[in-house]
Amino acid sequence: MIRSIILSSDRRRFLFGTLSAVALAFAASAVSAQTTLLNVSYDPTRELYQAFNAAFVKDWQQKTGQKLTIQQSHGGAGSQARAVIDGLEADVVTLALAYDIDAIAERGLLSCDWQARLPNNSSPYTSTIVFLVRKGNPKGIKDWNDLVKPGIKIITPNPKTSGGARWNYLAAWGYALKQPGGDETKARDFVTQIYRNVPVLDSGARGSTTTFVQRGIGDVFLSWENEAFLAINELGKDKFEIVVPSLSILAEPPVTVVDKVADKKGTRAVAEAYLKYWYTPEAQEIAARNYYRPRLAEVQARHAEQFPTVKLFTIDEVFGGWAKAQPTHFAEGGVFDQIYKPAR
Amino acid sequence: MTTARLTWRQPSVIPGFGITLGVTVTWLSLIVLIPLAGLFLKSATLGWGKFFEAITSPRVLAALEISFGIALAAATVNAVFGLIVAWVLVRYDFPGRRVVDAIVDIPFALPTAVAGIALTALYAENGWIGGLLEPLGIRVSFTPLGIFVALIFIGLPFVVRTVQPVLEDLEPEIEEAAASLGATRRQTFLRVILPTLFPALATGYALAFSRAVGEYGSVIFIAGNMPLVSEIAPLLIVIRLNEFAYAEATAIAVAMLIASFALLLAINLLQRWARSRGRG
Repeated sequence: MIRSIILSSDRRRFLFGTLSAVALAFAASAVSAQTTLLNVSYDPTRELYQAFNAAFVKDWQQKTGQKLTIQQSHGGAGSQARAVIDGLEADVVTLALAYDIDAIAERGLLSCDWQARLPNNSSPYTSTIVFLVRKGNPKGIKDWNDLVKPGIKIITPNPKTSGGARWNYLAAWGYALKQPGGDETKARDFVTQIYRNVPVLDSGARGSTTTFVQRGIGDVFLSWENEAFLAINELGKDKFEIVVPSLSILAEPPVTVVDKVADKKGTRAVAEAYLKYWYTPEAQEIAARNYYRPRLAEVQARHAEQFPTVKLFTIDEVFGGWAKAQPTHFAEGGVFDQIYKPAR
Repeated sequence: MTTARLTWRQPSVIPGFGITLGVTVTWLSLIVLIPLAGLFLKSATLGWGKFFEAITSPRVLAALEISFGIALAAATVNAVFGLIVAWVLVRYDFPGRRVVDAIVDIPFALPTAVAGIALTALYAENGWIGGLLEPLGIRVSFTPLGIFVALIFIGLPFVVRTVQPVLEDLEPEIEEAAASLGATRRQTFLRVILPTLFPALATGYALAFSRAVGEYGSVIFIAGNMPLVSEIAPLLIVIRLNEFAYAEATAIAVAMLIASFALLLAINLLQRWARSRGRG
């Protein structure tokens, strides 16, 4: 008898506790719903957005008095885009390539002309593809054509699973195309030879960094410029050096507001302000300090030493944009798949 | 034997058959059947022609061959060595036995990505073990051999933990009786011990195999992921998802599911056949 009374009072307390916890959670979400932004981004932007978010929150509070919380989500660009398509309520997406945002737009979550909504193809910061080699550059790798020499081992992730790897692939293709007498056939041969020298295809950029840096595999690592800087500064300047090729691709990681989500949550104004803030000198300075190339000329001038001038071509001028490059090269049965045709 | 079957059909002394069966069906539907049905429905949107195309391209066939071939090989190795480990743990007493017993469970508990990274580091050309194998011309990390090693690692506890309890129930007196009736050691093992252990061993084999076929986390780090050489089927599913080709991804998943189901059914039938032979 006594036992059952104790039990029931326990249960009552438990029930009360649960209910109040639930009520609290609801209250908290109701309050924060007005001032929380979710930014869904890709892997190597962790440090970049940490710094950028802190600066924007401060700026926004000064201008409007509103306190803002920005949540970040990072992961492979493709799976992040899928998460948004499948219902992750991102106010803004900041991904590795336009194709992933196009895929979200195709499903009606945002307007198809999104890339024209902000200056510079909606890419407030850029990067490019450079080579990371071992200290002293023992294999003497100076440019793309050194990569196809026999016995060179190249580390690059799988273009089918990594956005960064797609930029690598397109950079190599563009280089071959722009050589004297270069055409599609030669470019295809060149890229095929490059992938013949690739011993491991990791699924993501960070995995490839580990393979090259920790496992000591490969002579050269094709990398985002910002990742290469990060690897050197984190792992020691005495082990690796950056080689900048004569020609590379302008990698433009785009940003945009997810219309459906922002309108539903009533966050459009702040989401748009958040992305526009990228184009201010302060934010551009943050990009440069995190090894992304800034767009503003004055900030570029200040960091000229850090970012050597490379001849860069864009995906639009060589490939006609992602909408064309993706199906031709990376779709099932595309050019990349044909490189790995079975011999039998 | 007939009595055993009859008692199984008799109601238990504990009431509540209806309600427990209801819970079972609801629970299974929620956890297993509904997601599986979703999988089949999504792949059905392809239509037969495209479905067939999606699972018979050379890339997919190669990946399925790699996944199933290596998973079967790894499960076989695990069956042999798992049996030995279980035997040692049950039949001999030695200092540190409990520690060894606990170590067996580590592959269960370790996040598979951690296992994959650790194995890759060990077996890479500059790793502890890989460094020793390199002069012999043996490469493990970033080759199909690496997949094999990873699948052995994650599958080991399944065999040990299924065989162990049966072995504990198998009294040494039975072996002594066999010996006193004139059986040789070989005969005792083949005719007395192995038939008793076989059903448990088959279960362990099936579990280790099905775990290995679907394994992604650990394999992805050690495999090297070269198309047609060391690209596993689950990776191909992820690749299809990254192309936003959901239906094609589910098609590969359905193909894997059907193949796994057929193999598990075969193992089950073998088990039943062995059990009936053991009793008869």
